[in-house]
Amino acid sequence: MKVSFRVNGKPASVDVAEDMPLLWILRDVLDLKGSKYGCGIGQCGACTVHVKGVATKSCQLPASKLAGADVTTIEGLSPDGSHALQKAWEEHDVPQCGYCQAGQIMAAAALLAKKPKPTDSDIDTAMNGNLCRCGTYLRIKAAIRSASGTTTTDAPSGGRSGQREEAHA
Amino acid sequence: MSALFGKHGKHGKHGKHGKHERHESRLPWVSSNTTPESDELVDSGRRSALKILGLGGLVLAVGPGGVRRLDAAALTAADPWNPHVYVKIADDGIVTILCHRSEMGQGIRTTMPMIIADEMEADWSNCRVEQADGEEKYGSQNTDGSTSIRAFLPQYREAGATVRALMEDAAAKEWGVAATEVKAEQHEVVHTATGRRKSFGSLVASARTMAMPARERLRIKSPAERRWQGKAMRSIDLVPVTTGKAVYGADVILPGMKVAMVVRPPVWGSKVVSVDDSAALKVPGVEKVVRIPESPIPGAFLPLGGVAVVAKNTWAAIRGREALKVTWDAGPHATYESKAYKAELEASVAKPGAPGYRTGDVAAALASGARTVKASYYMPHLSHAQMEPVAAIANVSNGKVEAWAPTQSPFDARNTLAQYLKVEPANVTVHVTLLGGAFGRKSKPDFVCEAAFLSREVGAPVRVQWTREDDVRNSYYHSVAAHRLEASLDASGKVTGWLHRSAYPTISSVFAPNLPGPTPDELINGASDVPWDIPNMSVEVCPAVAHVRIGWFRSVNAIHHGFAIGSFVDELAQAAGKDSAEFLLQLIGRDRVVDQSKNGMVEPPKDYYGAAWTDYPLDTVRAKNVVRTVMEKSGWGTKLPRGRGRGIAVHRSFLSYVAMVVEVEVLPDGTVLVPKATVAVDAGFVANPDRAKSQMEGALIMAMSNTLHSEISFAQGRVVQSNYRDYQVARMRAAPRTVDVHILQNEGMPGGIGEPGVPPACGAIANAIFAATGVRVRELPVGRQLAGWSTRATEDGSS
Repeated sequence: MKVSFRVNGKPASVDVAEDMPLLWILRDVLDLKGSKYGCGIGQCGACTVHVKGVATKSCQLPASKLAGADVTTIEGLSPDGSHALQKAWEEHDVPQCGYCQAGQIMAAAALLAKKPKPTDSDIDTAMNGNLCRCGTYLRIKAAIRSASGTTTTDAPSGGRSGQREEAHA
Repeated sequence: MSALFGKHGKHGKHGKHGKHERHESRLPWVSSNTTPESDELVDSGRRSALKILGLGGLVLAVGPGGVRRLDAAALTAADPWNPHVYVKIADDGIVTILCHRSEMGQGIRTTMPMIIADEMEADWSNCRVEQADGEEKYGSQNTDGSTSIRAFLPQYREAGATVRALMEDAAAKEWGVAATEVKAEQHEVVHTATGRRKSFGSLVASARTMAMPARERLRIKSPAERRWQGKAMRSIDLVPVTTGKAVYGADVILPGMKVAMVVRPPVWGSKVVSVDDSAALKVPGVEKVVRIPESPIPGAFLPLGGVAVVAKNTWAAIRGREALKVTWDAGPHATYESKAYKAELEASVAKPGAPGYRTGDVAAALASGARTVKASYYMPHLSHAQMEPVAAIANVSNGKVEAWAPTQSPFDARNTLAQYLKVEPANVTVHVTLLGGAFGRKSKPDFVCEAAFLSREVGAPVRVQWTREDDVRNSYYHSVAAHRLEASLDASGKVTGWLHRSAYPTISSVFAPNLPGPTPDELINGASDVPWDIPNMSVEVCPAVAHVRIGWFRSVNAIHHGFAIGSFVDELAQAAGKDSAEFLLQLIGRDRVVDQSKNGMVEPPKDYYGAAWTDYPLDTVRAKNVVRTVMEKSGWGTKLPRGRGRGIAVHRSFLSYVAMVVEVEVLPDGTVLVPKATVAVDAGFVANPDRAKSQMEGALIMAMSNTLHSEISFAQGRVVQSNYRDYQVARMRAAPRTVDVHILQNEGMPGGIGEPGVPPACGAIANAIFAATGVRVRELPVGRQLAGWSTRATEDGSS
């Protein structure tokens, strides 16, 4: 099917299978490879992009639902890596292998756009769908705190459960 | 591929291969720097150093026996010398350092050049890193065993110090002054008396003809002179990562490239009986279905084989593979059942094994102790589940093989490709991308072979893409293991006897068929080299046959050794009625420095984690220091309410000492939270402490997954789990609030950093669970075992 939408502020038009997920359209058709494949079932968040500003797992969004969508990928988050979160990620030297980090930053950016001063619980909820196998969670949280100018809101009782990521569209 | 500090990307000139044009983005606004660099010079045994370092400038190579200055002739000559490190200063002063190790999150692409540049007195902003291809001249490039710094620190320093000395000598000569009157300083040489300065770039021509500084004249910087070593240095790959431009395995694109998905044997060794590809070939975008012959098991690094769907793009390959109908024979391991295998391993450790360490008379000690304690532990298979499923790109044409892959071991990849495709290694080039996590999985180049085989079959470049399900179901798995420990205590609570039996399918089983089990020398990975002061000990391996590919996983057998030993020591402390931390200190015992290979080890291997035994004796003061540090920093000994508790463990692996105190909170429903952990590590000299800290943070979180959540199990020889939904790993909500890492920095021989944080964490978590609940977890993962714990009777009699 032919489908037209916007990516990073510019029009894009592709002719693909109607069930092809946005992730593969971005990577294989539009040559935007910052969004990563990690699981294909919306459990890991490596493919997170914004659709109308909402953090969305691009592996779960088929071409058939893409018409007119306004998509932002990591490549379009800022023109030059100057988004407050990108800067905070540098400040805290967050990444280890880095593979999940584009998705992490996109999830965090959607959170801050909606809630500029998030609580710990807000961060946990917004970021629980983004896995990092290197275990950079503490620094991700610290970077979100820096970028939002906030400090921890939690009683010092530590992480919650929530091993399974809820289904995401 | 290159990373330039501050900016990224240098685009090489187009090479004579002509097969990978710089790929122009199909969207005009996307600037792509993701294409592979092309060769400048090729077809030489030394091609990558030539290609990357180019000609001209000053090129130095450091290898066994010292530093040499290279010219093109030296590089192209057949020279058996294997330098590991290449440094170039171009005429414009730009420094290029060839990184011979793979970057997978440990920070080697930053730490290695940082050490060299520091010793050189280079200006960091004038330094670049180029990634080396896989070639014999680098020696083993296998980025495993937490080796990169501990094995190469002296060479990195020597490389930098040599460049600095050459620059100083060249400037002194040009000025006609003694070398002692000049000093290199941030990319310049300064004449101290007059303040005259010459830039490194302007000295290159002279330095090329100067006598090489004698090795004994080289001055490695003193701690006070160091600019960056031992201090934090941010990753050079930060900006590419945060802007989505960093290039991982699947990000390389070649013109005309196909994408392939492979149906692999569901059971180790099973073979294709029939293929019905009619539906698959009808999927739009699917171009071909190709049989990959099954490699005879055990198969080492060779691909499993199966049936590949080759398509125009990834989604077509996924859909095509779904439509493919393949029937398999049962295979020789279709009876593999995890539950039954656990019983087998437990039966195995019930009988005496082959000792890797023996001292005194353990049987007599166990028979005569005032008290004996026995416990068994079990850990299932694990899968690395690195965020980037393996993927590789290959182009095979005119008998030459070129591959791009996120490989930990490009040299092994090259040799395995040569063996698999029956071509000369000289005709195989392996380029290393960034690795999206590895943890041992990417030491094995089976997936690179798949890409090359398919490229040859279809006559086009091919990317093989593994899905997460492929990754979970067809990996090389961390060994399942069972342990039995017995100890005797005297009346004062001192341990007099220690019997440890360990049974697990060995990694060697992927290299040799029908192995009965591990060999005793494997026990040096965290079992026969424990730092205890116990007069009667026997540490044994027991038989365990492999039914699946077994592979390295971050810290390897030290994972289950660390869990079993760390837990058992805590059980002994309980039995002795002593504080767990004080008991640990007592168990380590007297201050002593011991060459363990000469003290109770039975036929020890020649080296210890690849190092000389004499360079890394057991130093019990260091072991006790890490324990005391975490006691002091964690608030050890202060009271916590029921449901909360602290656990402690210490472990030495990969030549480093790590102690941890982990604090847990166990909810009534059995959920285990880890609010806080305190880590102390003595790894000798730590070049980049912040990256070492990040490794400890990550090790703890990976150990939380290993301990609390993750399990690979088998039914009818097939992996039961499939994706992150059922192979669970720690998420943000589970992350500790605080991980307080203390690096006990010193000038000692460097130890490993990437792996040694994992083993003590598993034990410390289990011990904290016991402290919080009175429930002793001896089988991992914890999973739902603790549900309703607060209403259960506990082992220590409390409730």
